[in-house]
Amino acid sequence: MRPLLLQGGRVIDPSRDFDRTTDVLVQDGKIAALGAGLGSPDGVDVRDVRGKVVAPGLVDVHVHLREPGNEDVETIASGTRAAVAGGFTAVCAMPNTDPVTDNQAAVGFIVRQAARAGLARVFPIGAISVGQRGEHLSEFGEMVAAGAVAVSDDGKPVVSSHLMRTALEYARTFGVPVADHCEEPTLATGGVMHEGLVSTRLGLKGIPAAAEEIMVGRDILLAELTGGHVHLCHMSTRGSVELIRRAKEQGLRVTAEVTPHHLTLTDHACEGYDTHAKMNPPLREAADVAALRAALKQGVIDCIASDHAPHAYDAKEAAFDDAPFGIVGLETAFAVAYTELVLGGALTLPELIARMSSAPAAAFRLPGGALTPGAPADIVVLDITARWTVDPANFHSKSRNSPFAGRTLTGRPVLTLVGGAVVHEADGTTL
Amino acid sequence: MSRPERTTILDARALSRALQRMAVEVLELAHGTEDLLLMGIQRRGVELAERIAKQIETDEGVAVPRGALDITLYRDDLQTVGPKPVIGETRIPGDLTGKHVVIVDDVLYTGRTVRAALDELADFGRPKRISLCVLVDRGGRELPIQPDIVGKQVKVNHGERVDVLVQELDGRDEVEVVHKGGLG
Amino acid sequence: MTALLGKDLVGLEHLSPDQIRLILDTAEPFKEVSERPIKKVPALRGKTIVNLFFEASTRTRISFEFAEKRLSADTVNVAASGSSVQKGETLVDTAKNLEAMRIDMVVIRHPSSGAAQFLGNRIRSNVVNAGDGQHEHPTQALLDLLTIRDRYGKIAGLKVCLVGDILHSRVARSNIWGLLKLGAEVGVCGPDTLMPRGIEQLGVCRFRRIEEAIEWADVLNVLRLQLERMERGFIPSLREYYRVFGVTVERLDRAPRELTIMHPGPMNRGVEIDSRVADGSHSVILAQVTNGVAVRMAVLYLLAGGRPELAEAANRAAAPPPE
Repeated sequence: MRPLLLQGGRVIDPSRDFDRTTDVLVQDGKIAALGAGLGSPDGVDVRDVRGKVVAPGLVDVHVHLREPGNEDVETIASGTRAAVAGGFTAVCAMPNTDPVTDNQAAVGFIVRQAARAGLARVFPIGAISVGQRGEHLSEFGEMVAAGAVAVSDDGKPVVSSHLMRTALEYARTFGVPVADHCEEPTLATGGVMHEGLVSTRLGLKGIPAAAEEIMVGRDILLAELTGGHVHLCHMSTRGSVELIRRAKEQGLRVTAEVTPHHLTLTDHACEGYDTHAKMNPPLREAADVAALRAALKQGVIDCIASDHAPHAYDAKEAAFDDAPFGIVGLETAFAVAYTELVLGGALTLPELIARMSSAPAAAFRLPGGALTPGAPADIVVLDITARWTVDPANFHSKSRNSPFAGRTLTGRPVLTLVGGAVVHEADGTTL
Repeated sequence: MSRPERTTILDARALSRALQRMAVEVLELAHGTEDLLLMGIQRRGVELAERIAKQIETDEGVAVPRGALDITLYRDDLQTVGPKPVIGETRIPGDLTGKHVVIVDDVLYTGRTVRAALDELADFGRPKRISLCVLVDRGGRELPIQPDIVGKQVKVNHGERVDVLVQELDGRDEVEVVHKGGLG
Repeated sequence: MTALLGKDLVGLEHLSPDQIRLILDTAEPFKEVSERPIKKVPALRGKTIVNLFFEASTRTRISFEFAEKRLSADTVNVAASGSSVQKGETLVDTAKNLEAMRIDMVVIRHPSSGAAQFLGNRIRSNVVNAGDGQHEHPTQALLDLLTIRDRYGKIAGLKVCLVGDILHSRVARSNIWGLLKLGAEVGVCGPDTLMPRGIEQLGVCRFRRIEEAIEWADVLNVLRLQLERMERGFIPSLREYYRVFGVTVERLDRAPRELTIMHPGPMNRGVEIDSRVADGSHSVILAQVTNGVAVRMAVLYLLAGGRPELAEAANRAAAPPPE
């Protein structure tokens, strides 16, 4: 592979507060050097990235790639293709596949399929319980040995507090976080959106904020009891934010993520029974959005994760009650966050890049998220002036279920490198 | 748009004379008042029927039963013009069977209103005879319908309109033709 | 005159007060049609209407069917049991099939909130919501409004209290919108377990005791308590519900003024309402049923023309000349 020089870009490395215009030399799959005027020796492929931002490849700790089991809506190949188009160089694949990723063979399958696709790095997450049935612990040790970086029963909450306790305790041996989908099921059953004035008007069954907060509170208490690392998935309420803030003040091993849509949309998006606004946890109220933004800024919430959840093109063509939860997000995550949070004044650009690269990498102890010489050359080049209109027909994902269709956004990845290899260029060519 | 151009074809006195004459003709046509029943078509036909009935009462000293008919629901043009928002009252004074029903309307034009009225009356019973009495016959029939009694015959072009104004609804008695360009 | 009703009637939340008044005014002459020897007018002759009922309903379906037949429409009833719906056909496929059969109108009853709007957005035919989940049941509220107007000659300024399971009630939601738009004061009364979140923010008064509601109100609209609510733990027992929230003669006797009692049916006698109240002089429950047919005729008639801009032009042409 020829060395590659990214010349004249604004280089932001949130892992060490680096933000200046300089060149980046990529050689042998690694970042060889940073510095102005690295020159262009013979045989070096030079890319002029003046006016662009050079950042560590984005890291998403929460995606659903649907393979094995639902290859009609996404595969590891199509999902990682969407990932690199969205500027992500690493994604963590949730285990609610069919069959469930609850053993070393299943984890190994994902690793092999990802290697075959050769796009983004895929770090599998193993199931907490066998079959995600919430009964018996899966073999964490074997799954971690096969490549799993965390355990989760995501898609379902861990209902049994005993199971959550043992998972947190047992995971300590392997040093992986236990990621929980926080939802108290007896309060949430049958709910399809946030419980509030909008659900009252629409006559839809609500999921109260307390359904999330009870489990956040429980998980924090169990983290305290066990000393384990709990990672709280897709936080959505201001109450959760306060619980996490207190837990972090206590020094507990708690990390948390938030999705771009929970940072930018409210339950009003459900008006007119728009099924693309149906997600779990549901879109909440403006005060929740404000609290989540502040928490992200302050680091109370560690990172942004897309919760990319592909569904068949016609699955959302249904009555609200009957439509599935979830939206795709890999290809809109950066632009939605940049447009709403950075241009909206909630975060600086280096902060946003941190929350989408170094912070999630740190939370899950993944490689990446840094542009230090010697690090793997997982890099994204961002055009933060590009304005584009979201057209799901152009998604690389196999699914189209996005609430941002038709929105004009600012900012888009133009070049994505994984291990020094160009895996995405905005003009459409790959590899 | 230019100001409406209006020509009066019947003033208050002429209208009154026409109604008096029509009352006499109704009596002649029905051979008295025994089976007579006047049925005004909403809206101004109802007022005209009322006046004719009163005239007959004055002349003959006998009460003449009268009703009101709103033919909106029997129109054949719902599809094209859409529903008329306010439907008037339909009031049938007793059984129509064996009666001589005189339909009273203000203006006879295409004949479609009368066609609808005949359909509607048939749903209320089987009169022995139905006659038609109109204040103005403006020509332009689209159906084979002819009046038995006419107050005033006048040739009015397509695109022009005949307005019958009555004291009870409009504050004055008058019949006018509104010419082209005057239709707001 | 604004556009009459638009293509569909999904709910009252998005209708203007003028549109609601128009429906009530149009219902008046239709009451008379039902009193005729031949209870039928040809207004919708040749129109095809499908009554698509995904939920069992005897009253509403029969009321719609009478309304359709008295307007001379051709009607087809599709009930969920035994239909392709039960065989897993999606709502969108049902919609496309109806469209392909070139029907003019669909009256839909569906257990999912938003189903009527979903259908209306996908087919050219007019859609009338006959109850969607816990969202709206507009024709029920319209007949309730008409019944109140018949009784008092007005709606503005009256105090109307909805009693019972507001949480799961589409009738309650439609009534709240309709009553508020026409200037009534609206109360809701029932246990907190059966009150939706934020209901006060819609502009209604909240009563936790039936005695307080009776003291306040001119009209009580007593909602049906679905017996499954007890099974799902919203109330401990029907017996206790009747004791605490039942509308009884004894409670009404202590009212400071004569109350009007309404119920959308079917009633659970001895649960939400005392039989003596249901059958008593305060009750207008059967008048509601009669008005149901007239209101539904009015709605079908107003939607049928479907081209309000033409109707408007026709009205202008037919209007008496300006002075």
